[in-house]
Amino acid sequence: MSDFPWLSVLIALPLLGAVAVSVLPRDNEPLVKWFSFGVSTLVGVLALAMAAGFDAGGDRFQFTEKYWWIKEFGIHWALGVDGVALVLILLSVILVPLVMLASWNEDERSGGVDVPAKRSVKTYFALLLSLEAAMIGVFAATDVFLFYVFFEAMLIPVYFIIGHYGGGAARERSYAAVKFLLYSLFGGLLMLVSVIWLYPLSNKPVGEGGLGHGTFMFQELRGLHVDPTTAKWLFLGFFIAFAIKAPMVPVHTWLPTAAQQSPPGALVLIVGVLDKVGTYGMLRFCLELFPGASKWATPAVLVFAVISIIYGAILAIGQVDLKRLIAYTSVSHFGFIVLGIFAMTSQGQSGAALYMVNHGFSTAALFLLVGFMIVRRRSAKITDFGGVQKAAPVLAGTFLIAGLSGLSLPGLSPFVSEFLVLVGTFSRYKVAACFAVTGVVLAAIYVLWMYQRTMGGPKVPAVEGMKDLTAREKWAVAPIIAIIVAMGFFPQPVLHVINPSVKETLARVDRHDPAPTLTGNVAENGARP
Amino acid sequence: MKAEGIQAASWLLIALPLAGAAILLLGGRRTDKWGHLLGVAAPVASFAIGIAMLVQMLGYDDAARRRTLHLWDFINVGGFRIGMDLLVDPLSISFVLLITGVGSLIHIYSVGYMAEDPDRRRFFAYLNLFVAAMLLLVLGGNFLVLFLGWEGVGLASYLLIGFWQHKPTAATAAKKAFVVNRVGDMGLIIAIALMFSTFGTVDFGPILGAGAEHAGLAAKLSTGTATAIGLLLLLGACGKSAQLPLQSWLLDAMEGPTPVSALIHAATMVTAGVYLIVRSGPIFEMSDTAQLVVTIVGAATLLAGAIIGCGKDDIKKALAGSTMSQIGYMTLAAGLGRPGYVFAIAHLIAHGFFKAGLFLGAGSVMHGTNDDVNMRHYGALRGVMMATYVTFGLGFLAIIGFPFLSGWFTKDAIIEAAFDKGGTSGAILGACAVIGAGITAYYMSRVMIMTFFGEKRWEEGVHPHESPKVMTVPLMLLAVGSVAAGGLLILGGFADFLEPVTGKPEHAESFKWVTLPGIVVLVLMVIGFAIAWMQYGRRPVPREAPAGSFVTVAARKDLYGDAINESLLMRPGQWLTRLAVWFDGRGVDGAVNGLAALIGGTSGRFRRIQTGFARSYALSMFFGAALVVAALLVVNVS
Repeated sequence: MSDFPWLSVLIALPLLGAVAVSVLPRDNEPLVKWFSFGVSTLVGVLALAMAAGFDAGGDRFQFTEKYWWIKEFGIHWALGVDGVALVLILLSVILVPLVMLASWNEDERSGGVDVPAKRSVKTYFALLLSLEAAMIGVFAATDVFLFYVFFEAMLIPVYFIIGHYGGGAARERSYAAVKFLLYSLFGGLLMLVSVIWLYPLSNKPVGEGGLGHGTFMFQELRGLHVDPTTAKWLFLGFFIAFAIKAPMVPVHTWLPTAAQQSPPGALVLIVGVLDKVGTYGMLRFCLELFPGASKWATPAVLVFAVISIIYGAILAIGQVDLKRLIAYTSVSHFGFIVLGIFAMTSQGQSGAALYMVNHGFSTAALFLLVGFMIVRRRSAKITDFGGVQKAAPVLAGTFLIAGLSGLSLPGLSPFVSEFLVLVGTFSRYKVAACFAVTGVVLAAIYVLWMYQRTMGGPKVPAVEGMKDLTAREKWAVAPIIAIIVAMGFFPQPVLHVINPSVKETLARVDRHDPAPTLTGNVAENGARP
Repeated sequence: MKAEGIQAASWLLIALPLAGAAILLLGGRRTDKWGHLLGVAAPVASFAIGIAMLVQMLGYDDAARRRTLHLWDFINVGGFRIGMDLLVDPLSISFVLLITGVGSLIHIYSVGYMAEDPDRRRFFAYLNLFVAAMLLLVLGGNFLVLFLGWEGVGLASYLLIGFWQHKPTAATAAKKAFVVNRVGDMGLIIAIALMFSTFGTVDFGPILGAGAEHAGLAAKLSTGTATAIGLLLLLGACGKSAQLPLQSWLLDAMEGPTPVSALIHAATMVTAGVYLIVRSGPIFEMSDTAQLVVTIVGAATLLAGAIIGCGKDDIKKALAGSTMSQIGYMTLAAGLGRPGYVFAIAHLIAHGFFKAGLFLGAGSVMHGTNDDVNMRHYGALRGVMMATYVTFGLGFLAIIGFPFLSGWFTKDAIIEAAFDKGGTSGAILGACAVIGAGITAYYMSRVMIMTFFGEKRWEEGVHPHESPKVMTVPLMLLAVGSVAAGGLLILGGFADFLEPVTGKPEHAESFKWVTLPGIVVLVLMVIGFAIAWMQYGRRPVPREAPAGSFVTVAARKDLYGDAINESLLMRPGQWLTRLAVWFDGRGVDGAVNGLAALIGGTSGRFRRIQTGFARSYALSMFFGAALVVAALLVVNVS
């Protein structure tokens, strides 16, 4: 089955599913839901089957496909995954069916707020499926132009989900959607310029640093020698687009607004997966296409990363809306991911790649549970809760575990990645690591204070009789919690897949891990304890 | 050397209580009926395995007593290679037995103490989780696995302090404990990162060496790096062990059920900092500065804790101040280096017995007085609670250092070791320790007298009664430990037993029964008791606390620890948060909105975009696509 076009199938399947959903009868809601759920589950199973055939010790890109798409412009339909892309695709395909499960009812899709007109169920599920296709495509694309196309294609379903299915008033919803779009289009435009610029650069003769033919193929572009000044401009084009997507301070403000207005299920995909494209893009494209410019920008990027960590965490502490709060915690966590990437050490970058996966699951659990809380209380305001633990202990307990994963408690998966990032950063940039580590304390404050105000304390009257998690809700959250715990103790299988890709990236930027400062022979003092 | 025989199954020690916790939490209400029995069985089984492991260890030569067990590869990235490794050596086995032994007794006691609580099963689940994490902490074979356990006990502590989440005070105390501990954790995290970038590993074996003949990499440390690592580790230790300046959470932690205070906040978890310092001894030994700071922190805390203990009318808080103070002694001893390690650990174990006994005794008193914690409402309880009185009394005698009881052996040893350090610092540290001993005698006598002697000052409707056997039998066993543990350890060759880990002191002195500091301490003990007797034994104790002197007021307010934290950290933090929220809404976001409006021509235009967003989207997509094609054409032609 080595020639089987796994990735094209994985992209086509949800897309065809979306088309099929849109022609299903409008009034048969269960059919729409079960069909969509079935399609996304099938995609998940297929992706897992593909992953089982991935050889971590083999070629960097596997399951590759390459066809001409627009020959005149040198654009290929070229797909393939390395370790980092593979785990991010797995993250996406695992989350989509669970999000569907959690978005089963109208009030769950609307974020628990009553909406005047009943909104189309099948459009929502069709949008989710088409978003899934775009997400798989963006991680699988090995042609930079194709990557850009998927990058922009993701915007469409998200834009409509925020604008149509959000919880707030129509005016606020569309404000959030437009803000999201403006930010993204602005970033996308900058990236587009850089992407297109690559073509004439590669078209230059080999002697002048080009490749002798115009192309957008990532693997070929890695061999490009761009003059330093141009490289800096191109780097910035990519980086700003990715920083907006990630999002980093100061271009983060679209996220809290979008988070507040979005349905919780869609938020899982926006923050859990979509935003990862930003950090994934930095690791893959910024560093590997413009290694010199990346090193040039490193000090500034590290500063912004540290600011994101601390500023995001402080803002999270100050939030009164649950969804906004978690959005700001993500700003802080994305700071860690960027820090790890630009620390340019294997621990930092492997940690950052793992962080993307772990943060995806961790925020997914948080957003889904917050969604369940909102449905019950019809409010996302922290002050509207209190004492939930007494009324709904399972909800409270799961929320606590999800929260603890948000503060990177050892034993839960985010700890491993956060620790790797800190260790990897410290070995090269000690001051940055020391500032970043304060995020550990701030995270404890925002998570535990949130838990205390919503779940602890005496029961407020409105919480009286709040029902605990239903079986369907449990099925939506339990797999995520199980993954968080399992990867907290056994992260090595995932790291094993990630490490070789990171090695390639580091080789390209020509950075090596700093050697231990103490020149003692470890082996002489005995093996591992 | 690899662990063999029963030691090869040392993972079971951790797995059993962990499984207990998992079953009780996932099983939910279905396990309510027998949950407490399973909860007790887990640590008892671990204790039995621990004993078997000790017996096996005693069969080995000194050099062969250090056994490791590699369970699985935890994290391998580049040179950062961390195994899920366990280390069984004399130090870890001592802790294993303390944790599972005292832990089992406290589990049994809790069956009675929590009998009325509807969530008793959950309580046992958390206790089991704690035992598992604590065992991981002491058995971890590298600093990262230690850190896993370190945070695990922090979680268990958080869950158990806040066990009665519906009480706002409990919820706040739990959060405070976790957050303050996290401040210490920053130190530990950076310490581990610094060790990795220095040594290229964080495994105990290569860094710390294996016994005296195998010096580890730590021996090659420069003084500066050793000082840095040492102080960072100390910061972590201060958080977990409630040492100055991170002490403020421990008194609030008394919001948790009393068995929790006994197990976690007296006998085991709070001593983890001492374990960390003793374990990392070879690093501290490379830096006089780091060691000196450790001793200063210890001495300051032992005095501060003792003074706080004097001012409290809440029996649990008085004991909590005492715990701070006693751990101060251990920290002081650990900072003294090789002469001190064994006394630190011996005092830690002895303290584990008598302080657990005292806390459980306090719990027994509360059990009989409708959960009243105010000692001014006690008095004359010796008549109605005989078993509690006797066992508490023995714990009391042990802690004040009554001759031949546990505390006399272990605390006096620390005081002497402090003087033996020599020089000005030795004299000052020794003097602090002696004064602390006097104050200890005073506040513990105060607790003892206010609770069990004098006149009845019981609240109306309270009928104090002795606790059931399931509670008093553990008290009796702990009392035996309070009496005998110190003597057995000091006279029974504990120093030789630990030597493979802690190393041989340059001039080890044999135990002396009579010493000058010992006599001074004894005199101060009598004076301390006498003052307490004059104040609380001969005069009636007022049911309302009198105004008190400046010192009393300060002690009642925990020496203004909270006030300092509030004005220096909390308030500024709140202002910073508010400022950031305001700035993010106005500053950053405002600028972006303004920019958007500018691009759109007028703010009115921007609003129009918002309303017709589907149409505008289609338009911008069209223009965007046209732009892309145009650009592609341009670069292709050129």
